[in-house]
Amino acid sequence: MSAHAPDRDDLGEHAEIIQSSAEFADLRHRFRRFVFPMTALFLAWYFLYVFLAVFAHGFMAHKLVGNINIGLVFGLLQFVSTFAITMVYRRWADRELDPRAEALAAQLGGAR
Amino acid sequence: MTSYAASLPTALPTATTVGNPTLNIAIFGVFVLITLAIVIRVSTQNKTAADYYAGGRAFSGRQNGIAIAGDYLSAASFLGIAGAIAVNGYDGFLYSIGFLVAWLVALLLVAELLRNVGKYTMADVLSFRLRQRPVRMAAAVSTLAVSFFYLLAQMAGAGGLVALLLGVSSVNGQRLVVALVGILMIVYVLVGGMKGTTYVQIIKATLLIIGAAIMTVLVLAKVGVNLSSLLGHAADASAKGDAVLSPGLQYGKTSTTKIDFISLSLALVLGTAGLPHVLMRFYTVPSAKEARRSGVWAIWLIGIFYLFTLVLGYGAAWLVGAKAINAAPGKANSAAPLLAYKLGGEVFLGIISGVAFATILAVVAGLTITASASLSHDVYNSVVKRGTATPAQEVKVARITAIVIGVVAIIGGIFALGQNIAFLVALAFAVAASANLPTILYSLFWRRFNTRGALWSIYGGLVSAVTLIAFSPVVSGKPKIDGKSASMFQNVDFHWFPLDNPGIISIPLGFFLGWLGTVTSRELNPAKYAEMEVRSLTGHGAEGAVQH
Repeated sequence: MSAHAPDRDDLGEHAEIIQSSAEFADLRHRFRRFVFPMTALFLAWYFLYVFLAVFAHGFMAHKLVGNINIGLVFGLLQFVSTFAITMVYRRWADRELDPRAEALAAQLGGAR
Repeated sequence: MTSYAASLPTALPTATTVGNPTLNIAIFGVFVLITLAIVIRVSTQNKTAADYYAGGRAFSGRQNGIAIAGDYLSAASFLGIAGAIAVNGYDGFLYSIGFLVAWLVALLLVAELLRNVGKYTMADVLSFRLRQRPVRMAAAVSTLAVSFFYLLAQMAGAGGLVALLLGVSSVNGQRLVVALVGILMIVYVLVGGMKGTTYVQIIKATLLIIGAAIMTVLVLAKVGVNLSSLLGHAADASAKGDAVLSPGLQYGKTSTTKIDFISLSLALVLGTAGLPHVLMRFYTVPSAKEARRSGVWAIWLIGIFYLFTLVLGYGAAWLVGAKAINAAPGKANSAAPLLAYKLGGEVFLGIISGVAFATILAVVAGLTITASASLSHDVYNSVVKRGTATPAQEVKVARITAIVIGVVAIIGGIFALGQNIAFLVALAFAVAASANLPTILYSLFWRRFNTRGALWSIYGGLVSAVTLIAFSPVVSGKPKIDGKSASMFQNVDFHWFPLDNPGIISIPLGFFLGWLGTVTSRELNPAKYAEMEVRSLTGHGAEGAVQH
C-alpha cells in the first residue's frame, strides 16, 4: 500500500458490502440524479450562449432597453444561473446528501 | 491565446507616464512586509506534512473560498479582462463567463469527492484505485506541465507589469524584478507552506475585490448607476461605436476565429476543474462540507468580481478611451490602472498597482507549492521511494523542489521577458481540460476505468494539446503587422494547425483515449473501486484537520 491512504481507515472487504447496500445505492443514486442532469443543463446553456455569441451577432445586438441588448442580458443571465445553481446545489446537498453520508460514515466507523 | 492574455505586458521600452513610481513601490512594499510578517507568524505551526501541503486542513470554507478567489483571479483576470472589454468590448466579457461557469463543474462533480478521497495532490485521487507508480508519474508530469506553463506566463507578465506600474524600464531592471518576485515567492512557500500561501491569497483577494468594488462604485456614480448610459458613453467614445456592445468584434471576423473561440470556450469551461493548483486548495479544509462551502464562496466572489470588470472595462473605454489605452505601455493591460488614475489620482493608481502586483505574487506562490508537492509526494515518495519516505523526508524534498522550481521560474521568466508567451495560460487550461479532467471524472464515476485508460488519457491529452499549440499560429506564422508578427517566433512559419486554441481537438481526444485505453485493457479492481466510491461519497477515512 502506498502513501495515498492511511491504513487505519482501510475498509478492506467491507467496502464492497457497503457499496452494494441499499442505503449506499440510495445515496449514490440521489447524488448522480442531481449532479449529472444539472451539469448537462448548465453546459448546454453555456454553449447555447457561446454559439449565439459567435454565430448570431444580429440577434445578440438587438437592443431591448436603452443600450442594453440581448447579448448583455444573456451574458448576465449566465451569472444569474451560475449563482442560482450554486445556491440550489448547496441547499440540496446540505439537506439531502449530508445526513445520508453522515449516517453511512457513522455505520462504517462502528464496523471498523 | 486570447485577446486579453495576448496583450499581457511584455518588456516595454518606456515607463509609464502617469502616477508616481515611488508611491507605487512603497505601497507594494507595505503589502510585502505585512504578508511576510503573517507568513513568518504562521510558520511556527508548520510541523507535519499535512501542515506544509494542506495548511493543516484547518481553514474554514469561507477562508478557503476567498483564497481560491485569490488563486484564480490572476493578473490576466483583473488587468486582462478589464482591458479586453475596454478595447474589444463585449468579446472581453465572454471570457469572464467561461471562467465563471467552469466553477460549477468543480463544485458539482469534483471538489467534494476529491476532498474525501485524496490527501495532498491531484494524483492521490487519480491513482487511488489504479496502478500507483505509472499513474502518479503521469499525473505529476501533467501537474508540472500545467503549473509551469501558468507560472512562466505569470513571471513574464510580472516584468512587463512592473515597467508599466513601477517605472522600471531598463531590461536589467525588469530582470531584477522577475528575480525579486521569484525570491519572494520562494520565501512565502518555504517559510509559510500552504498555510502562509493561503493567507497571502486571502489578503490579496480581499484587497483586489475591495479595490475593484471602489472603482466600480466610482464609475457607476458618474452615470447615476445607469448601466445603459455607461454603455452609451463607451460606445460614443469608441471608434467602433455600437459594435463594442455586442459580440463579434474580435472573434466574429472569419469562420476560423469563430471556431477558435468555441475551442477556447471549451477549454475554459472544462479546464478549471482540472487545474492542479485549484484542486489542491480543496485539501486545506477539514471536510467535504467545507469544500462545498469553499466552492460556493469562490463562485460568489469570482462572479461578483467579473461583474465589476464589466463596469471597469466599459468605464475605461469611456473615461480613458481605447486609443489612449492602446498607446500606453502594456496596451490593454493598462486599462484598469489608467482608469484608477482617472478616478482617484496618484494614490489610487498606487493602490491598484500594488494590488495588481500582489496578485502575481499570490498566484505564483500557489503554483509553486502545487508543483513542489507533486514532485515530492508523487514522484519522490511514491515513484522513487515506493511509498516508504517519511513525512519529514517528503516535506524536506518539497522544500528543496520549491527552491528549484522557483529558480527555474526566475530563469524562465527572464528568458520570457519581451516574448509573446501569454498563450501559455490558454495552454494550461487546455492541458488541464484534455489531460486531467477526463481522468478525474472517469476515475470518480466510471467503475470500469483502469490504468491504461488513465495513462492514454493523460499523456494523449497532454501531448496533443502541446503539439497542436507548437504548430499553431500563436507560435509561428501570424501575419506581420507594423513589421512584427503576433506569433512567438518571428520570420519563421511552421504552423499547420489553423487555430490558436487546441481544446476542440485535444479535449475530446483526451476523453476518447481514456475510454479506448480502458476497454482494451482487462485490468479491473472492483474492491478498490468500491473503497474509493464509498469513501468519496461518505467521507469515511477522509483526512481530518491537524490538531495543534
